[in-house]
Amino acid sequence: MGDNKGPVEGCFQLMGGAFANAGTASSELKIVLTNLGVPQDITRRAAIAAFEAEMNVIIHAIAGTLHYEITPERIHIDITDMGPGIEDIELAMREGYSTAPDWVREMGWGAGMGLPNIRKNADTFKIDSVPGEGTTLEIDIFLSGGRNADNK
Amino acid sequence: MELGKVVELLGGTVVVSKKDGAFDITAVCTTDMMSDVLRFARRGELLVTSLNQPQVIRTAEIADIPVVVVVLGKKIGKEMIEMAEKMSITLLSTSLPMFTVCGMLYAKGLKSCVNGR
Amino acid sequence: MLTINDIAEKLGLDLKAKGDVHKGVTGCYISDLLSDVMANSKDHELWVTLQTHPNVVAVAAIKGISGVIITNGRSPEADTLKRAAAENVTIMTSPYSTFELAGLLYNLLKNANVK
Repeated sequence: MGDNKGPVEGCFQLMGGAFANAGTASSELKIVLTNLGVPQDITRRAAIAAFEAEMNVIIHAIAGTLHYEITPERIHIDITDMGPGIEDIELAMREGYSTAPDWVREMGWGAGMGLPNIRKNADTFKIDSVPGEGTTLEIDIFLSGGRNADNK
Repeated sequence: MELGKVVELLGGTVVVSKKDGAFDITAVCTTDMMSDVLRFARRGELLVTSLNQPQVIRTAEIADIPVVVVVLGKKIGKEMIEMAEKMSITLLSTSLPMFTVCGMLYAKGLKSCVNGR
Repeated sequence: MLTINDIAEKLGLDLKAKGDVHKGVTGCYISDLLSDVMANSKDHELWVTLQTHPNVVAVAAIKGISGVIITNGRSPEADTLKRAAAENVTIMTSPYSTFELAGLLYNLLKNANVK
């Protein structure tokens, strides 16, 4: 973590449907983590989780924010959106379940892997959703003492 | 398998070449669904896809995939090329269909990205 | 020419919906994009994909696809199987990844065409 005493933070506005810029926040997070000397595997897990979360907002919501905070212990990422919300979270967590429209699938997304992928790469995972209002997702990836997920 | 050998085998064109591009490709991920790449691909693999969207490059960058092959001679647009240049991803194009590409690479002993079955 | 049945047997595919499994297979098309399959697949090809939703059947029926193989251990949705039965489309599943299945199938079809 170099000489940084306080947490390193960043915040990004996400626009629904803005495919051209989708992933910008996650790419930046990845660069920040790499520059901080975070191990490659952990950086990759954080970037993948952030990217899936970012895509969810772009695919489903009107708008949202992605905020991250890096401390010596962990990478914390929270994503809040104004979107349709999730009726049945348990169902949405199932691999292969998707409510994405056909055009999204033709863009290479919406195969129902997003949320399961986020949970798999995160050490803590918390999701709250109000149908008709939006969804909040909070995850942590531990920098020390966490499991070393192999992403296999 | 060296990148040059892959290009030769597939009769491919190098659209964007990463500067320090000395690769030894041992495994391949074949899919058009980007979450599938994020879920199953491991660092350093080759991605074969029929999707010609800039998002493919973004996904490759996030998942540490150094080489992307776009099949069936699909038109690779300016945005995708610019993103590959910016993110240092090697981008190849081949006129062969996905089936033939997979068949040829598999016959050369390349492995699948999924080993968790 | 190999039939769907031959291929299912040789590759250990799980038959989930049984259309005309004695149809000959001329080749194979791999894609997860329905528009791509609509544009580029040919009659009597097998289609390898990881998509599981009912529109897969619609595309297969329109394009005269011999059979669909869903890879990576994924299971077709219930509606997909219902629709497949109605449209007489064969749906099979495999635990193999798309890449491995394609590799095995490529070899199989190549050898069959040489003989």
